Amino acid sequence: METISTDVAIVGAGGAGLRAAIALAQADPALRIALVSKVYPMRSHTCAAEGGAAGVIKPDDSLERHFDDTVGGGDWLSDQDAVDYFVREAPKELIQLEHWGCPWSRAADGSVAVRPFGGMKKQRTWFAADKSGFHILHTLFQTSLQFASIQRFDEYYVTELLVADGRCAGLAAIEMRSGQMRRFDARAVIIAGGGAGRMFPFTTNGAIKTGDGMALAYRAGVPLKDMEFVQYHPTGLPSTGTLLTEACRGEGGVLLNRQGRRFLQDYGMGPETPLGRPVLKTMELGPRDRVSQAFWHEQKKGNALSTRWGDAMLLDMRHLGEKTINERLPLVRDMSISYMGVDPVTDPVPVRPVVHYMMGGIDTDIDAATSLPGLYAAGECACVSINGANRLGSNSLTELLVFGRRAALSALEFVGKNAARPLPASLAEDARGRIRELMQRTGGKETVAGLRKEMMQAMEEHAGIYRGGEGLAAACEKLGELRRRYRQIELHDKTNVYNTDLLQALELGSMLDCAEAVVQSAAARKESRGAHQRLDFPQRDDRNFLRHSLASYDAGGAPRIGYRDVVITRSPPGVRDYSGGHDE
Amino acid sequence: MNRNPYLRPITSEWIFRHPRYLRYMVREFSCLFIGGWTLLMVWGLKQLAEGPAAWAAFLELLRSPASIVFHLLALAFAIYHSVTWFNLTPKALPLQVGEGFVPDWVIAGAHYAAWVVVSSCVLILGGAL
Amino acid sequence: MRQVELEVLRYHPETDREPHFQRYRVECQEEWVVLDALNHVKETLDPTLSYRWSCHMAVCGSCGMMVNGEPKLACKAFLRDYQGVIRVEPLRHFPVERDLVTVIDDFVAKLARVKPYLIPKDPPPEAGEYRQTPAQLKRYKQFTLCINCMLCYAACPEYGLIPQYLGPAAIALGHRWNRDSRDGGREARGEELAAKEGVWECSFVGACSEVCPEHVDPAGAIQQVKIESTVDWYQEHLMPWLKK
Repeated sequence: METISTDVAIVGAGGAGLRAAIALAQADPALRIALVSKVYPMRSHTCAAEGGAAGVIKPDDSLERHFDDTVGGGDWLSDQDAVDYFVREAPKELIQLEHWGCPWSRAADGSVAVRPFGGMKKQRTWFAADKSGFHILHTLFQTSLQFASIQRFDEYYVTELLVADGRCAGLAAIEMRSGQMRRFDARAVIIAGGGAGRMFPFTTNGAIKTGDGMALAYRAGVPLKDMEFVQYHPTGLPSTGTLLTEACRGEGGVLLNRQGRRFLQDYGMGPETPLGRPVLKTMELGPRDRVSQAFWHEQKKGNALSTRWGDAMLLDMRHLGEKTINERLPLVRDMSISYMGVDPVTDPVPVRPVVHYMMGGIDTDIDAATSLPGLYAAGECACVSINGANRLGSNSLTELLVFGRRAALSALEFVGKNAARPLPASLAEDARGRIRELMQRTGGKETVAGLRKEMMQAMEEHAGIYRGGEGLAAACEKLGELRRRYRQIELHDKTNVYNTDLLQALELGSMLDCAEAVVQSAAARKESRGAHQRLDFPQRDDRNFLRHSLASYDAGGAPRIGYRDVVITRSPPGVRDYSGGHDE
Repeated sequence: MNRNPYLRPITSEWIFRHPRYLRYMVREFSCLFIGGWTLLMVWGLKQLAEGPAAWAAFLELLRSPASIVFHLLALAFAIYHSVTWFNLTPKALPLQVGEGFVPDWVIAGAHYAAWVVVSSCVLILGGAL
Repeated sequence: MRQVELEVLRYHPETDREPHFQRYRVECQEEWVVLDALNHVKETLDPTLSYRWSCHMAVCGSCGMMVNGEPKLACKAFLRDYQGVIRVEPLRHFPVERDLVTVIDDFVAKLARVKPYLIPKDPPPEAGEYRQTPAQLKRYKQFTLCINCMLCYAACPEYGLIPQYLGPAAIALGHRWNRDSRDGGREARGEELAAKEGVWECSFVGACSEVCPEHVDPAGAIQQVKIESTVDWYQEHLMPWLKK
């Protein structure tokens, strides 16, 4: 089998992966870096993020405030030492990106502009129109092209991590175009493979968000942390699920129910603020979990708008005016017109909460290290945790940069102290054998599309915005069943060259593992906190659950759930108050 | 190796795949007429240098039916080329004013205006106006 | 709901000597795009159909294809705009790897050749960002919008006939950096951009800008580079004492 020898292998070439690669290349030009991704870097889902990246730069803002907003927004499940590190590094990373040429939107005096965003008391979200993620991704990708030491392996699907002597020492990957397995020998591995929102049927996530990176670490023995916390973004398009940025509300857009009422004021986020003059951290600028949950309640009351694609609410941006919309929300306007047939300049746009982000992921510490020596993780696939039980908008893009770099530095340090050790050839051979078995299997009764649909239905029905004990138990059972039936999949396409039937089967395997971690963790967490809301346990329970859940892989059955205390330093758990009019 | 990337052959059918390609080829084809007209003018200069008889013969040639047809076609192609060219100039010469750009019609319009001025001068000098 | 018939190019390099077409008939929603129809085919009729896609919102650039002979993003080609059989082929001027998947190595290499990263004119400020006014941002903003979908390469007859041509997106990307007020790399990029296989291969067909889904206007960028590099050349040879 063709073997590629490298120093650091990075799985995933989105914002976090590219940032890590650049950090490594800058720190040591002699270091060999293999950037391995199942898609070309510019296709990474970072490109779809719209609103912006948070970092303190304005004189009336402070690291302390960013810390408080993040910790409160996370319903006190964030590790506060990590949040401290994060808010401190944030402005440095965003400025670094600007130094690399990122086309941030500007104020009249030429300084970087910031916009209001949900759950933040001060304006600190840097943005590039409404394509911030796109511009960040392309800036990083283009910057990475100047480093000869970054060797890219585009359209390689990593199937397994290779672990020997208790150390992660490489990976096995399928070169998509030829179908051939390749072995990568690496002295350290960084996983930056993104989230797993595609386990749900309605999501802002693109096709590639199937949790492959999470599954790799999980199956190698690293726990998945806080998987039950799945973020619903309040404003997705009902027809396609794709994202209308929170910036719509940051710029002053409002949410209406069927009767035209700004209903958020009925759910602790009032009083109603003047039209077009949003007040930070209240009403439509409340945190995503609260806004999505409010919609759910409105739905139950019969106040939701009925559309062809189900219930919705209205996002009204008419009062912003055509000029502002064209300048700051051009993508939003284009998407509303193309996919909903509605022009936000003249009409309110139907929207509804859709799955957007996974707060949970690969268990890492403040240095982006996992419990497996030599393995690091950063970005949405990782859980440090800085986002806790609910992520504030625009913290994620910054997280990619801060922890992408942090993972790189940790990996570099590890490589400096640990010589390369030869991998037994059998590891990669076994990995290839497993793929061969799947490809050559006959008599299978299951299809990828069939199992995938059942998984999505179970997640939608039982693991949505509000959950219940019975529903979660049913979901756990269903996913266990799907896990067993997965072994019965027979592929229709058994050829080698660019086999997407095989690819989707492997992606389904990743999603099933991640989904099982989600529902098992959710069933075990008998409280409501942030994005995890239970009708049978509606209160937050700090005495028993001020802890992270840790789901550990068990090849034969359901994951084992354990717990670890949250690191609390200076902000004891308090009340999340998003009602307006409270003092600074 | 089981890969075998297939390169689809390129034929001249691309010209007919969309009206824009045909219009482009017509624009490019105009060079034949414009070039031919230029050669005719050079020939005319030569005839002028050779004396009144040669010049008269040249003018006679210009009045022939074939020449009229050629000149009408050449004028049509020249106008087509010029119009397409002028309409494209704003793409090559964006003029930024503050945060906006000078509208396309202004830049193209300036070219048309210059065309009218120059053509008027030529016609006046030539005695036609 | 609507019955849609797709005629899709298929190519299995391991068994086919050349591509052929396969027809599929599927029930589609009125508001669907070609990508939705393809996904429906893959899920319900033929899981062996291979194609690239991801974001479904015209920002990742994965799903470029020929739809009835025109380069389109499959996620933005609305079924309501088509009648009769819809012919779907891989993006033209690229080798076909498998079905609708093309080999894009040439394109990716060309992107890298134009040095598409900041070559700073001045060192960065001690603390904080370079200053860049909204007007300065506007000057190059349009050219930052390229999603690398390659529709322009499929539309460009020059690239089809002369594969060494650098191509619209790569040139527009070089131009984006040249126009950035923070950048001083125009000379460094000139070698690739102002080469014979760079902008001078372009005869201003303009098809690239017509098919671009993001309104980048690569044709405009190319002509602007032609003018700038010509001025640079004359300046260098006639007035070498002037700094560029």
